[in-house]
Amino acid sequence: MLKCRTVWRKLAPLARASSTLCRQNVRRTGLHNARLPAHVPGAHMATGPGGGGRENQLYVLLVGATCLGGAIYAYRTVKGDQQRYDERIAEIASRPHRRTQQATTSVQIETPAAETVETESVPESEPQATPSSEEPSPVVPDAETADSSEAPEPIQAEGLTTEQPSPALPPHAPYLLIGGGTASFAAARSIRARDPGARVLIVTDEPDLPYMRPPLSKELWFSDDPAVTETLRFKQWNGKERSIYFQPPSFYITPEELSTAENGGVAVLTSKKVVHMDVRGNKVKLDDDTEISYDKCLIATGGIPRNLQVIDRAGDEVKQKTTLFRKIDDFRTLDKVSRNIKSITVIGGGFLGSELACALGRRSQDSGLEVIQMFPEKGNMGKVLPEYLSNWTTEKVKTEGVKVIPEALVKSVTCKDDQLEIKLKDGRLIKTDHVVAAVGLEPNVDLAKSAGLEVDSDFGGYRVNAELQARSNIWVAGDAACFYDIRLGRRRVEHHDHAVVSGRLAGENMTGANKPYWHQSMFWSDLGPDVGYEAIGIVDSSLPTVGVFAKATAKDTPKAATEESGTGIRSESETEDVASSPVASSIPAPAETHKDDYGKGVIFYLRDKVVVGIILWNVFNRMPIARKIIKDGEEHGDLNEVAKLFNIHED
Amino acid sequence: MSYCRQEGKDRIIFVTKEDHEAPSNAELIAEDPHDPYEEQGLILPDGAINWNCPCLGGMASGPCGAQFKEAFSCFHYSKEEVKGSECIDHFRNMQECMQRYPELYPQEEDKESSNQPEANSASDSTEGTASSSQTDSVPLSSPTDSQTTS
Repeated sequence: MLKCRTVWRKLAPLARASSTLCRQNVRRTGLHNARLPAHVPGAHMATGPGGGGRENQLYVLLVGATCLGGAIYAYRTVKGDQQRYDERIAEIASRPHRRTQQATTSVQIETPAAETVETESVPESEPQATPSSEEPSPVVPDAETADSSEAPEPIQAEGLTTEQPSPALPPHAPYLLIGGGTASFAAARSIRARDPGARVLIVTDEPDLPYMRPPLSKELWFSDDPAVTETLRFKQWNGKERSIYFQPPSFYITPEELSTAENGGVAVLTSKKVVHMDVRGNKVKLDDDTEISYDKCLIATGGIPRNLQVIDRAGDEVKQKTTLFRKIDDFRTLDKVSRNIKSITVIGGGFLGSELACALGRRSQDSGLEVIQMFPEKGNMGKVLPEYLSNWTTEKVKTEGVKVIPEALVKSVTCKDDQLEIKLKDGRLIKTDHVVAAVGLEPNVDLAKSAGLEVDSDFGGYRVNAELQARSNIWVAGDAACFYDIRLGRRRVEHHDHAVVSGRLAGENMTGANKPYWHQSMFWSDLGPDVGYEAIGIVDSSLPTVGVFAKATAKDTPKAATEESGTGIRSESETEDVASSPVASSIPAPAETHKDDYGKGVIFYLRDKVVVGIILWNVFNRMPIARKIIKDGEEHGDLNEVAKLFNIHED
Repeated sequence: MSYCRQEGKDRIIFVTKEDHEAPSNAELIAEDPHDPYEEQGLILPDGAINWNCPCLGGMASGPCGAQFKEAFSCFHYSKEEVKGSECIDHFRNMQECMQRYPELYPQEEDKESSNQPEANSASDSTEGTASSSQTDSVPLSSPTDSQTTS
């Protein structure tokens, strides 16, 4: 409004000036004597009395001509636009099979309501109708798009879609799960269990069906089968063999069958990436321009491994000798590479780094491979375990055949003589053939922008509420979800069991359960066959801890635990209902010096005197008690009493 | 005797078996069996079947899920003398369906004759694999404590 007024104010003197000029010209053509403008009254009306009719007539003529000219121009433009539009439609209709690269994908024009009316008139069966003319599929990108976006006729893209030759991918999926990992699969299963006949579509950019990640850095490396990289099967301690894939291909139906299958099913669309999400229109767009609309959507996009900046900038030669470990392909690559080289370095001292270092270290016993692990902390799992335990763990990792270099900050990595030279900040130089970078995960929030979803600045990932919901009809689960944990506060968790728990919960909520995140997920890690632990809650080494230990006997190893409970993967044992009852140890714990021997025990992590995290150190099958303590959220005066609940001396 | 040490903010306690013999006086809050937030076992408090129970593995969600649900529901609500005797047709349907997916539902004679759905211990969703799905004759009273895997 103000703008209009200021413009008007600016124009007014101009208008006055021009009209004055007009009058002056008229007068100068000799209708008056040589009286100069000084005599002209300022507020003289052009059509006032006197001054003769002729200059008035001329003035009217002038104005009239201008108006007419303007009208003709406007008419012509509109007509021209209409013509252009008609031409374009004809052209498009004549080439329905060509899909050109769109240049206007980035154009996001909000459609005025008027245009949507036209779109809605198009039959519902074409949910790929786009209200706005920025529809990027086979539209000739040229200068005209700018014009046409203002024209009131939206491009009728609906006509195109029926003629597209792509295999009949479902245009609509009642349940759309973006991402094909653990969380997504857990959600799919949950949805199918609760909504009979549900039709679930999983879209993943990987070429593989949903699989579990933990064995990629653990069990698969211990397999004796030379074909393990193909079969991806591994034998567990108890002899049972299984595949890392959650289900074989026969479990799923094909995407083409999704709409028609009698009892619904789960379909997986592989090697397709969702690049754009239209929350208003409840649909997504894939990287091949297909659009799929949904009723309920889950975003379970996980993340991509972070890389060290120095390696990122180091050039291709270095990057070729670097592995970022996350997917099946990475496992295959690393397996192959590690068989053919003399020295390998793992950068990173967390879960993944330590597990890979131990796995490679074990392999090195046979092959003579030099395995080095370096990280900035003082010891392995330095950010998770309290210092004394981290140091103890580091010694154990060394016995697995790993050369551990703690307090190592990488300054540069260069390629020399077909070897990598890693220079550390303190001047040390390490020569190696290959590098594995395990320095964290960057949650994938690519869709946040197009979907208008909030990204958390503290933890990364999509910000969701306690029920894992981002917006109506959109949920997020797994590594990418920054959610509100009623007990422990807002957090983002990157563990397998959390992916399962949150995926299941999201699936339940997508089918109307409205439950918050309540069942606390756990995680586990093994550092070789003799040291393993399970943990739950917030396990951060910066928190004050209280550790209660007993001496470990031969019975307290991860190997023994799985053999006893008859399961192969740790989190499974929880659902076994304790298949085999624990046998009381008949061997009394020898009374020895406890000085530095943290054989088995329980470590409590405290925040304001409340236990927020627990590690069960070489003590297994007691997770339910730990979960209960965290759930209660009570202040316990004497944690030794709480530790008694775990019976750490028993098996 | 227990032995205690402090390292900065971290406290370390070593305990012998005798130290832990006396029962704990730590107080835990009583569980509410009807807490809607908690993970439920196989049978919900109102008597209905929890199809999302991890103990069922993928039985209710796979390609034969519909047949399985019919058969098991019939069995569960059956009031006959021989429980489930009127559900033979449903179980037959289920069996026929399962035979079409041998990879998912390994065909072993003694297991198929059992009318009880498998309390699938390998409930970390890998029924498709060779030997992981074993029908336990363990009754289906589900573990009341939490199950972490689906």
